[in-house]
Amino acid sequence: MSPAGVPLSWYLVLAAFLFTLGAAGFVFRRNIITMFMCIELMLNAVNLTFVALAYHTHQVDGLVLAFFVMVVAAAEAAVGLAIILTVFRNRASLQIDEVQSLRD
Amino acid sequence: MDGLLFLIFAAIAAVCGLNVVLQRQPIASALSLIGVMGSLAMLYLLLGAQFIAAVQVIVYAGAVMVLFVMVIMLLNAGAERPTGASLMASTLGVPLLAGLLVALAYVLFANFPDPRPVRFGEFRLGGAAQVGYALFTRYLLPFELTSVLVLIAIAGAVVLAWREVRK
Amino acid sequence: MLLWLIPAFPLLGFLLNGVIGRRAPKSFVNAVAIGAVAASFLWSLKTLAALWPLDAPRLETYFTWIQAGDVRIGFDLAVDRLSAVMLLVVTGVGLLIHIYSIGYMAHEGGYYRFFAYLNLFMFFMLTLVMAANFLLLFVGWEGVGLCSYLLIGFWFLRSSATNAANKAFIVNRIGDFGFSLGIYLIYIHFRSLDFAPVFAAVSERPVESGVGPLTLIGLLLMVGATGKSAQIPLYVWLPDAMEGPTPVSALIHAATMVTAGVYMVARCSAIYLHAPLALETVAVIGLATAFFAATIGVTQFDIKKVFAYSTISQLGYMFLGAGVGAFGAGIYHLWTHAFFKALLFLGAGSVIHALGEQDLRKMGGLRHKTPITFWTLVAAAVSISGVPFTAGFFSKDEILLAAYHHAPWMYWVGTITAGLTAFYVFRAIFLAFLGEPRGWQHAHESPPVMTVPLILLAILSLVGGLAPVSRFLAPMFPPHEGGHEMHLVVISVGAGLAGIALAWLFYVARPGLAERTAARLGALYQLVYNKYFVDEIYQAAVVQPVIRGARSLLWQKVDVGLIDGAVNGLGARACAAGDVLRRIQSGNLRSYAAWVLLGSFLLLLAAGLAGGAR
Repeated sequence: MSPAGVPLSWYLVLAAFLFTLGAAGFVFRRNIITMFMCIELMLNAVNLTFVALAYHTHQVDGLVLAFFVMVVAAAEAAVGLAIILTVFRNRASLQIDEVQSLRD
Repeated sequence: MDGLLFLIFAAIAAVCGLNVVLQRQPIASALSLIGVMGSLAMLYLLLGAQFIAAVQVIVYAGAVMVLFVMVIMLLNAGAERPTGASLMASTLGVPLLAGLLVALAYVLFANFPDPRPVRFGEFRLGGAAQVGYALFTRYLLPFELTSVLVLIAIAGAVVLAWREVRK
Repeated sequence: MLLWLIPAFPLLGFLLNGVIGRRAPKSFVNAVAIGAVAASFLWSLKTLAALWPLDAPRLETYFTWIQAGDVRIGFDLAVDRLSAVMLLVVTGVGLLIHIYSIGYMAHEGGYYRFFAYLNLFMFFMLTLVMAANFLLLFVGWEGVGLCSYLLIGFWFLRSSATNAANKAFIVNRIGDFGFSLGIYLIYIHFRSLDFAPVFAAVSERPVESGVGPLTLIGLLLMVGATGKSAQIPLYVWLPDAMEGPTPVSALIHAATMVTAGVYMVARCSAIYLHAPLALETVAVIGLATAFFAATIGVTQFDIKKVFAYSTISQLGYMFLGAGVGAFGAGIYHLWTHAFFKALLFLGAGSVIHALGEQDLRKMGGLRHKTPITFWTLVAAAVSISGVPFTAGFFSKDEILLAAYHHAPWMYWVGTITAGLTAFYVFRAIFLAFLGEPRGWQHAHESPPVMTVPLILLAILSLVGGLAPVSRFLAPMFPPHEGGHEMHLVVISVGAGLAGIALAWLFYVARPGLAERTAARLGALYQLVYNKYFVDEIYQAAVVQPVIRGARSLLWQKVDVGLIDGAVNGLGARACAAGDVLRRIQSGNLRSYAAWVLLGSFLLLLAAGLAGGAR
């Protein structure tokens, strides 16, 4: 469009929107795997924010942080899916509401 | 040109994001998430972060999401059944989320009133060399720690999913 | 001059006997206890000899006890003529009673405890007598009350003894409340509690007409004195205090502790002389008590109770003497009373030791079995009746003459009381020693360790009046109208002799006459015999309402309702809060997610509103 470029705030608003979507999905969905995917969506939104702000501050640190987020998200996905597998093995169900043993 | 590209990929990301949340079948959500990640990678490119964009595609979309899809297929996850067990979530969820969005938007607009507009090609520090340099000098300790973290995650995942081989 | 040694010896005796007396042989306990009092007595004599003629008081300050702002109260002991008299009475008579106790308590359990408490009592009494400021006097005051409680309830397995001990302490406490209010007022008006500055400041003031601060102070101090010295209205504890061992009755409730009130009034003579209303009150209370108690003493059958009411009555005489301005005469009577009253009690103890019996109706004919006891008691009775040239004669007549010059009616009431006194004392002696034995089988005279003190006290009761005590004390007090009207002396002596004669008539010459007179007097006799039902009146009017009020209001409403309610309520509220907060821990992941969302939203809001995002 305009050679002046896209205002940075649009990137940030998109990231905020994706974050809110992820939060919404986490609160409202009942399938464990879907909830986990919403977490990944939130992480991606945060990544976008980091990269956009790296552009804004004109420093590479934002990118490095985004990199770390990705690494940690990968590790977390591995362990989390392993947990989901174990839960499924024990309860044969992927509904989050049936996994309520940690109550008082 | 920047604006058009941004709009296209932002739209794809938003729609796919909505899809992730709204789909009944988990596999559809997973595929939508892959779509989100892909469009985000393009957005990173627009922001000049080539390395991150590549990593996003290779690691995130290529490995993590594949893992997700594999687990979904393994567990044969079906459609969700509504249960309505959480009163807190149903009553507070929607207003809270709307409020969260508004708050975030407010904060953002309040703090970035006249940001420098994003032009493709203006950010020169996004290449592998620059990121690598920062990673191995200023961020060396976190780098090493995350490698240990990944190791632990591997071990943990193996232990958790270990199935006793019955003789 | 090391005045502090005088109370320190008995304190040391108390500590030694109290700590190791239990496992020590009796000879050790005796040596420590007697030695302590003897050392105190000898040191008092040495001090008095060195300080003779004691024209000026000797003050020794040892250390500062309380220092708060501009208040300084020290541990100060002082000796002047008044405290010299008291010292001799307390240590001298105390020594004789300690020696007597060796015999009397020989077969009792808790032997070491008895002597330890007696020594502790001596320590407090000596502190009281030598104190140079009001607060230290009050310490001694309270301390002797404590020892009185411990010793009345010495046989603590007997509920009558423990009840009597409680009664003594509680009634004393009521008096002490008035006393402490008086002390506060003294401080407020004079900003000091030391005797010398306070009395000097009091002398500067004009004599009050009507009720002023000095009158108030005098009355409040008198409230304390009525408690400690068993006057109306707080005398009720003294007859019950006879539950304690007889040496205790002799020492504490006859010779020394109960005289502390008289000593205090004499010490504060400056205050009372500037507050005529208070002084008049003292005299009236003393006279009324003297007469009242004498009437009760006439009807009692327990020998110790007779002497207890006698003590109350004689203390009334001392207050009468002080109240008409003859402070020296009051102290003189304190001096002589210590001799003959201690002797009466120790003699009663000897009778109890001989017979194992306290009821006069079951005695009789002891004269030949216990001759020493008999003759020494006769000496005491003669003295208390005011037979000419005995000790009691001099002191009592001095008081009566001073009373006549103050207000003649006081003299007449006092003389009638003297007659009653002679009557009841000789009634007791005749019933116990003369006539035929009424019911007892064996009686033996007491051992020398008991009879020697009796003999010594008998000698003192007869000739102790020759010591010119009131002349000795005269420089301390302003001169009062004494007088030597011979006819008044003759009348009072005559009253005493008439009392003796009547007692002879009723109990020796015509034995049945007493019962017939009592029957004829009917209701009046019953009233007096039951001590005018004062105990019952107090029980109904004061004790029961207090107990009921404490139970229903203070216990149920305040303690259980308010305090327990608040504390338990706090606990209950905490539990309730926990109950509510527990619901968050539902185990439901989506609830948790919603809570997290709420929290982060609020944080964001706070940060945004505070402008902290920049």
